[in-house]
Amino acid sequence: MSSAISVTSLYKTYSTGFEALKNINLDIRHGEIFALLGPNGAGKTTLISAICGIVNPTSGTILADGHDVIKDYRAARSKIGLVPQELTTDAFETVWGTVSFSRGLFGKPANPGHIEKILKELSLWDKKDSKLMTLSGGMKRRVMIAKALSHEPQILFLDEPTAGVDVELRRDMWSVVRELRGSGVTIILTTHYIEEAQQMADRIGVISHGEIILVEEKDELMRSLGKKQLRLHLQEKRDSVPEALAAYGLELSPDGCELIYTYDTQKERTGITALLQDLGKADVRFKDIQTRESSLEDIFVNLVRERK
Amino acid sequence: MNLYAIKAIYLFEMHRTWRTIMQSVISPVLSTSLYFVVFGSAIGGRIPEINGVSYGAFIVPGLIMLSLLTQSISNASFGIYFPKFVGTIYELLSAPVSYVEIVIAYVGAAATKSILLGVIILATASLFVPLRIEHPFVMLLFLVLTAVTFSMFGFIIGIWADGFEKLQLVPLMIITPLTFLGGSFYAVDMLPPFWQTVTLFNPVVYLISGFRWSFFGLSDVHIGTSLAITALFLLACMLILRWIFKTGYRLKS
Repeated sequence: MSSAISVTSLYKTYSTGFEALKNINLDIRHGEIFALLGPNGAGKTTLISAICGIVNPTSGTILADGHDVIKDYRAARSKIGLVPQELTTDAFETVWGTVSFSRGLFGKPANPGHIEKILKELSLWDKKDSKLMTLSGGMKRRVMIAKALSHEPQILFLDEPTAGVDVELRRDMWSVVRELRGSGVTIILTTHYIEEAQQMADRIGVISHGEIILVEEKDELMRSLGKKQLRLHLQEKRDSVPEALAAYGLELSPDGCELIYTYDTQKERTGITALLQDLGKADVRFKDIQTRESSLEDIFVNLVRERK
Repeated sequence: MNLYAIKAIYLFEMHRTWRTIMQSVISPVLSTSLYFVVFGSAIGGRIPEINGVSYGAFIVPGLIMLSLLTQSISNASFGIYFPKFVGTIYELLSAPVSYVEIVIAYVGAAATKSILLGVIILATASLFVPLRIEHPFVMLLFLVLTAVTFSMFGFIIGIWADGFEKLQLVPLMIITPLTFLGGSFYAVDMLPPFWQTVTLFNPVVYLISGFRWSFFGLSDVHIGTSLAITALFLLACMLILRWIFKTGYRLKS
């Protein structure tokens, strides 16, 4: 089975000489949610723009559902819906008008029933006759999603879909995205909110300085790079880690109230049993125990930092 | 052919026309009526007939051309410049449409609008002066050909312009002078011999002359030459547009 998106040896150098993308190779599977993470200026938007036909690639090939996006652009583009990062709308158009326009532009006959369904799903139905300029930022974002979905795409790009969107709306959007995936749509999203990727994605790609530095199943990534911490809340403040426990590499929190043990969940022996026994022997008394898994954010920050 | 896309863009553009009906239809009609009142009735009454045509009637084809040229250019250039300016162009670039379809839709809409305007001005003119049209089909052909050609030219300007001043620059600094000096208000043979020669380098002369011929059978240059020059300009615009979309000039980085 071919991939939803297949990028091979993609380079993009802007006329200013800036190398935005360097040898990108990426396969996105049918029906998955793929999160593309990266700091500002890493090349996320350039990559999406090259796939969608907004930026001319310098070299390399891109296939969308098996169709070359340049040679066979009609077939490729009709499969794709794009929600760009910037909120750009025709101020004087109505919601209904602009969404219907998008459907026609992508070569589909009018289908008011489908447009109605999308607008209802995105809670835009009661705004259908409003002019776009009268809508709030969050509503405009929904309109842009509605436009992208108007022609029933099989692949949906969401470039920072929840940037500048309040928490409630963000959760609404996540549920819309999940429903879409449920109906078989492949979703590629870029985001700054690592929480979003962690919650939504099946796989995660990290891009930095125009290169893909990692593509991994989210769960696998969390497992292999994930560290766990055991925090012991002490009954009494300490100035230093007891010498008898030096072998465990414990840290003392700055306020002296906690001992922190970091361990690798992948190892056969985490050393927790031994640590707890030795703590008892050293007569260190504690009132609470807490464990914490490192988040995708920690993993991400470490990855990008290593590269610098 | 993505006919749905052509229809969507065309209707979108026409919808924009109805929304801005004041500036796109009423104001050109008003200004043309003023020309008729001033040049046709007030001053024209004191000017003798030109080759058997009253001055008021003589200027009608030129005035229609003047509006046709400026409106075609401004409609089409604004139509494509605005999405570029606000950023909605992303959708056009990512849609499964060929450049031919994009041009047909935008230029078609701009030309439709200026042809309608031309017809309205013609109707307005007939209220002021008695008009006869000797070759109605040639008249229509010129109307359509000019509207399409200059809408295409406007579309190119809209893509080229990277600011509102540039958008205004070409119509204001080039088209208006060329039209005024192109025989809107006089026959070329009324000029001194030197200026007659200079005038022949003005492409608008051929448009106005051909258009006037379709009304009165009078022309400064042969009707065939007029048609040929217009067609040549149309071809040049087509070639430029093909190059623009091939390279993505000012559209894609």
